[in-house]
Amino acid sequence: MLKTNRSMTEYLSPLVKDIPPSGIRKFFDLVSGRKDIISLGVGEPDFVTPWHVREACVYSLEKGKTTYTQNAGLPELREVISAYLYKQFALKYEPSNELLITVGGSEAIDLALRALIQPGDEILIPEPCYVSYSPISSIVGGKTVGIETYAKDDFKLTAESLAEQITPQSKVLILCYPSNPTGGIMTYEDWMPIVNLVEEHDLIVISDEIYAELTYGQKHLSFASMPGMKDRTIVVSGFSKAFAMTGWRLGYACGHQDLIAAMLKIHQYTIMCAPVMAQQAGIEALTNGLEEKDRMVDSYNQRRRLVVKGFREIGLDCHEPKGAFYAFPSIQSTGLTSEQFAEKLLEEFKVAAVPGNVFGLGGEGFIRCSYATSVSELNEALERIEKFVRKYQ
Amino acid sequence: MNDFKLKVLELLQEDARRGADVIATLLGAAEGEVYKAIEEMEKDSVIVKYAPVINWSKVHDDKVTGIIEVQITPERGRGFDTIAERIYRYPEVKTVYLMSGAYDLQIEIEGKTLKEVAFFVSNKLSTIDSVLSTKTHFILKKYKQDGIILEDHEDDHRMLISP
Repeated sequence: MLKTNRSMTEYLSPLVKDIPPSGIRKFFDLVSGRKDIISLGVGEPDFVTPWHVREACVYSLEKGKTTYTQNAGLPELREVISAYLYKQFALKYEPSNELLITVGGSEAIDLALRALIQPGDEILIPEPCYVSYSPISSIVGGKTVGIETYAKDDFKLTAESLAEQITPQSKVLILCYPSNPTGGIMTYEDWMPIVNLVEEHDLIVISDEIYAELTYGQKHLSFASMPGMKDRTIVVSGFSKAFAMTGWRLGYACGHQDLIAAMLKIHQYTIMCAPVMAQQAGIEALTNGLEEKDRMVDSYNQRRRLVVKGFREIGLDCHEPKGAFYAFPSIQSTGLTSEQFAEKLLEEFKVAAVPGNVFGLGGEGFIRCSYATSVSELNEALERIEKFVRKYQ
Repeated sequence: MNDFKLKVLELLQEDARRGADVIATLLGAAEGEVYKAIEEMEKDSVIVKYAPVINWSKVHDDKVTGIIEVQITPERGRGFDTIAERIYRYPEVKTVYLMSGAYDLQIEIEGKTLKEVAFFVSNKLSTIDSVLSTKTHFILKKYKQDGIILEDHEDDHRMLISP
C-alpha cells in the first residue's frame, strides 16, 4: 500500500501530465471492437509483409539468430541501407558512423529530439502533421511552434510562413514530406527558399521521410540532398510504409556523425538495439524486395486516383495528394466540424475516417482518409460518404 | 502488347467484374481508351473468357480431378498438335499442356467418380494409337489455384484507426 497523501498524478512529471491525450484516441475508443465498419482511418499498408521477407525472418530464427546486435544495428543492414539510400535518393551516409538502426522511425524522432533539445528551445512544425511530433517535443522540454500549411498550396511549407515563426529560440525544424496526413510533397523549387532560411537561422532539421517511396508522378527529393543541408539534417525513415512492415518496428536515422553518436548514446542506454529478427527481415526487404515495393506503390497509385475522383464527384474539395496513402478532402461544404463529420459518418454510415483537427493547425475542416484498402471497400465507402454528404449539405 | 493493355489485363485478372469506367479511373485513363483495349484483346483472343475462380470444395461437390501424364508419338509434320486436339475436344478434359521432360502432355480431367476418370483413361485415352503410356494422379486437395489461395486468406488484422 502506498503511504501518501498525494494523488498519483501529482507524482507525474509536468512534462507528461500537461500533454493532452491524442485526438485520435477518442476514435480508437469509438471503433474499438466493432466489426461492421469500413475503415479509412488506417495509417498503414493493407498488404501483409511480403512472404520472402517473412520467410527470411523465419529462416534466421531457425538458425538461432536470436542475440543482441551491435547497438547501432547489424553492420550488414547498415551497409544495405546506405547503398539503398544512395541508389534511391542520392543520399550518401557512412554505415559505420552516420547511420543508426532504431525501433521504428518513431524512436529515431524521439532520439533526435532528446539529443538536440534543451528546455525552452523552439521546435518548428509544419501542420497538419503526424500526431506525435508535438507531444514528443514537449516531453523533452521543447516548445512547439506550429506553422500552418494550406490546401491552396497543396499543403506545402512556404518560406513566408516559416520565416514568420522563426525566433532566436528556434532550433529544430521537423519536416514530414510526403506528408501524413495531407499527402503533400515538396519539389526542388519548394525546398530552395526553405534551405536559405534554415541556413540563415542556423536550424537543425529532422526530416521524417518514412513515406519517401510512396510518391506518384515524381520522385521524392530528400531535404538532406539539397545544397549544404546534409550536415544539418537528420533523415528519419524505416521499413513500415514502403515494405508493409509496420509491426516489425524497424527504422533508422542518418546524419552527421556527432549527432548520430549522441543519439546512439541514448539508444544504447534505453533500447540497446532493435530486435535482431526484424533487422534480418530488413536486410531481405532491401536486398530482394524493391520489385514488390514497386508493385504495392503502383496499387496505391490506382486507388489514389479512385478516391480523389470519388471525393470530387461527391462535391468535396480534394487537393491531389502526390505522396503517402492519404487523401485529405475538405468537408467544409457540409457545415460540420471535422469531429462532427467523422463521428456522424461513423455512427450513421459506418465509415471510419480521422478528423483533420487532430493533426494540428490547418486540419480543421478536413478528414484524413487512407486509401490503403481494397478497391471494393473504397467504392463502398465512397458510396456511403456520398449519401452522408447529401444528407447534411 | 503495350504497357497499358498489360495493366488492363492485370486489373481484370484481379477482378473480372470491373467495368471499363473503374479501370479507367484506376489507371488515370479515358474510359473509351480502356473499352477499346478490352475490345481489341477480346477480338485477338488475348482475353478468352471471363470466368470466376471457384473453390469447389466449398460446394460439397464430389467431383474427382485427375492429372494424367501422357507419353505419345508425335506425328510427322504436325508434331503433337493433332493428338492434343483429339484429346482436348473431350468435354471432361479441363486442361491440356505440352510439357518438356519425362512425358509429353499433361491433362487435367474431371469426373463425378474415380470410376469415371479411370474409364476415360482406359477406354478413351489409352486406346488412341499414338498414346504410348499414361500415369494418373488424383488431386486430393487444392490449396492454391490460378494464383489465389483458396483457404486461410490473410485477413486484415489492422486496427480500425491508427496514426
